[in-house]
Amino acid sequence: MTAKIGVITFPGTLDDVDALRAARVAGAEPVSLWHADADLHGVDAVVVPGGFSYGDYLRAGAIAAIAPVMRSVIDAARGGMPVLGICNGFQVLCEAGLLPGALIRNAGLKFHCTDQRLTVERTDTVWTSEYDATPTILIPLKHAEGRYVADEATLDELEAERRVLFRYAGGNPNGSLRDIAGVCSADGRIAGLMPHPEHAIDALTGPGTDGLGMFTSLMNSLLGAAA
Amino acid sequence: MSETTAPAGEIAQDSVTLAAATPDKAQPFAELGMQQDEYARVREILGRRPTDAELAMYSVMWSEHCSYKSSKVHLAYFGETTTEAMRAKMLAGIGENAGVVEVGDGWAATFKIESHNHPSYVEPHQGAATGVGGIVRDILAMGARPVAVTDQLRFGPIDAPDTGRVLPGVVSGISSYGNSLGLANIGGETYFDASYAGNPLVNAGCIGVLRADDMHTAHASGVGNKVILYGSRTGLDGIGGASVLASATFADDAGGTGKARRKLPSVQVGDPFAEKVLIECTLEVFGKGLVAGISDLGAAGLACATSELAAAGDGGMDVDLDSVPLRAENMSAAEILMSESQERMCAVVTPDKVDAFLEVCAKWEVPAVVLGTVTDTGRLVITHHGEVVADVPPRTVAHDGPVYHRPIERPASQDALIADGTSRLPRPANDEIAALILRLAASENLCHKGYVTDQYDRYVRGNTVLAQPSDSGMIRVDDSSPRGLAMASDCNAYYAALDPYRGAKHALAEAYRNVATSGARPVAVTNCLNFGSPEDPAVMWQFREAVHGLADGCAELGIPVTGGNVSFYNQTAAVAILPTPVVGVLGVIDDVSTRIGPTFGKGPMPEMLFLLGETRDEFDGSEWARVVHGHLGGTPPVVDLAAEQRLAGLMAAAAASGAVTAAHDLSQGGLAQALVEMCVLSGCGAAVTPPPPDAFTALFSESTARILVAVPIPRLAEFAALADQHGVPSSGLGTVTPQRDRLEISGVADLALDEMRAAWTGTLPRYFD
Repeated sequence: MTAKIGVITFPGTLDDVDALRAARVAGAEPVSLWHADADLHGVDAVVVPGGFSYGDYLRAGAIAAIAPVMRSVIDAARGGMPVLGICNGFQVLCEAGLLPGALIRNAGLKFHCTDQRLTVERTDTVWTSEYDATPTILIPLKHAEGRYVADEATLDELEAERRVLFRYAGGNPNGSLRDIAGVCSADGRIAGLMPHPEHAIDALTGPGTDGLGMFTSLMNSLLGAAA
Repeated sequence: MSETTAPAGEIAQDSVTLAAATPDKAQPFAELGMQQDEYARVREILGRRPTDAELAMYSVMWSEHCSYKSSKVHLAYFGETTTEAMRAKMLAGIGENAGVVEVGDGWAATFKIESHNHPSYVEPHQGAATGVGGIVRDILAMGARPVAVTDQLRFGPIDAPDTGRVLPGVVSGISSYGNSLGLANIGGETYFDASYAGNPLVNAGCIGVLRADDMHTAHASGVGNKVILYGSRTGLDGIGGASVLASATFADDAGGTGKARRKLPSVQVGDPFAEKVLIECTLEVFGKGLVAGISDLGAAGLACATSELAAAGDGGMDVDLDSVPLRAENMSAAEILMSESQERMCAVVTPDKVDAFLEVCAKWEVPAVVLGTVTDTGRLVITHHGEVVADVPPRTVAHDGPVYHRPIERPASQDALIADGTSRLPRPANDEIAALILRLAASENLCHKGYVTDQYDRYVRGNTVLAQPSDSGMIRVDDSSPRGLAMASDCNAYYAALDPYRGAKHALAEAYRNVATSGARPVAVTNCLNFGSPEDPAVMWQFREAVHGLADGCAELGIPVTGGNVSFYNQTAAVAILPTPVVGVLGVIDDVSTRIGPTFGKGPMPEMLFLLGETRDEFDGSEWARVVHGHLGGTPPVVDLAAEQRLAGLMAAAAASGAVTAAHDLSQGGLAQALVEMCVLSGCGAAVTPPPPDAFTALFSESTARILVAVPIPRLAEFAALADQHGVPSSGLGTVTPQRDRLEISGVADLALDEMRAAWTGTLPRYFD
């Protein structure tokens, strides 16, 4: 048996094909979810992919956060379903209130595309268990609004609750507070990050295969739980 | 006849009836960029004066930008020099929205480069953004999924204040628009020269992928079929934008009253989100078989789309402008027809499929309306507010524009330019070469362009195999296939200035070589010919020479020109840009996993470096002459296309066999620049001995048909046999030295990797960050 990973497509979503591919390579059955359809079609986990949902009009992720499919995702996430937001998807999860903080314009004010090294801060989550022996990973980063901000109290709380999942290593590309590249819920099941693990699953088309671990971690967790 | 007063909120409308009744009404044809004799011809075609709407249509469609009236007679040479054998793989060629070639296994590729030069000077961000939008819709209109974009950019002096306005604006425009579409940006060029001050060149290229059976074209056939306009609403933006702006020289704008200022509002404003949903919506209607014919709306908007669709089909169309969704109130018929509002397409759909088509548009929340019906009347009849505002033979609008045989004259100054070669320039002593290598690596035209390309998404959709700063970009056609497409574009405008015929061949040779360097087989050519004013006989001479050079070169290489674009009037007052015939070459590789990149020192085997090709003493037009001596003169390097072909054959074979682990083409800056770039990109050193006759010539000559390759030592014999078999001379240079972070050139230079990286990558951030 396998697990089903759903990937949402909003109007303006770009990296949905990449997330679907990563799910497939990790051994999952990839399922496309449509923004206007509140039905999650029996998926075991959801990836909210990158792009410019609804053109990022109003604020990045703001309109997507209230799409019909997101109401179902929010309910499912609160019920324990693993949910990962990548780039624009991270912005959506913050706007939806599933993750704290916000992503604002890069400190350099420009869109920035580079291969970025990250420190994996926690390896006891459904998304990062495969990184047990991997202190840093290299995956692409590409965004104009990826500077993670939150008030000091929230940042302190995140640190205290071990909810910082990834930090930028070897230089902070966008001015994120405390070098934060990704955060998660206390139980680690809801996660978001700005860099793109789904673009590092094949050395032919990415900087390496370091990103695949997020999807195989999830599969191990889903299939382990079912067994 | 008494003057009619328009009802409140409406404007008086000129109609065919009114035109017939008021034959002598003065019309503003000159302000619309139309010549007296062109206006007279319109009257002759119609047998009466044109209505306002008709005048608008003819003026935009007969503008230089849309009609190619100055270039047509010369572009015909491409057709004359294309043989049947060259056409064998071509599914669509010059005259379609973009050329299409078969690339194997039932796949086809479409590609094109287009200019958006004039709008990008007036409003760099929006001008460049809508340039990307336009070329993407051209590719889409062929039935293809756009998969990658490239940008060929040229700006004024790097330290000019206006470059500080234009460059960041252009790059942010391409970045914000292109990145929002989910198209990997895989390459391009960035150059600086004083001649582009006031006339920046913003060329945008796009590659699309389709199944060969799924190709679509712009024709409206099938009487009774419906014409659907879908996409963004039509507004007042961009009226006469591309068509009129790109057809007139910027007047000297010192007083602030010139055309640049007056036409400011005519640059279109782009909405990349609307384009993204338009792409997905269009691909879905293609996929469901709902489209009989299609056209994008670009320059000249609806005037262009309706007349071209009708002219290419059964010859007639009825169009009702009242159905067009508008952004502004009280738009006249002429304004609706001329509007260049972005993100719009026009499809021809059989009546039984109209509902399904509109349903797909509704799913993507794309506004769509039935605009008209295909007829066999031979007339394009356009109504607005219940009156016929245009009734024209569509061919006369779309294809029967004026054809000019502009005066051509080789400028007298050309002889003096050629006579002034580089032989008199002092050359550096051996102990000056290390500093020269760093100085050239940091110079504005050779430096790393990461400041630009790192603002573009090269990863999206996961099929990018090579991107900048590789010699060519490469993209896998689809997840399900190992097949790949490579694309490179080049133009050394200095060579073109010295000899436009040879300069165009150089651009072709370099783009061809860049594609070959990656291991792909070059299969097709496109171009974007950027020149000054066609009204200047010297510019027309440059243009004709360049067209002939490119066409003759393609015939020699046996690969066809499948499309192209001409941009004239890149000129401020009397100063024209350097002739800049940008040439794009598309290549095919059977298995992308065999591609050759520019980085060595990655594998377990020790590697040796070889220089393929012959080095001659060729410095005229070189970067050394320009950077060190501020000199441009003489005769550009010899172009040897037969040698380029042999080289390409060797590289394809080497890729397939795996005998070459890294490769980089030699062009501007010669061997020294190629070594610096490979070492820095690899993060790995090398130790080489410059081949004869002397270190300076070996390192800085710009002889063509040369590639620097790394070969694993266990494969040396195999590689030597391949080089021999393909007739390519190969000289051993030295070794890759992963354990040492230095480029050691025996007797002349010992440079640390950090030092080279700082020189090569530091320049653009220093000026623009």
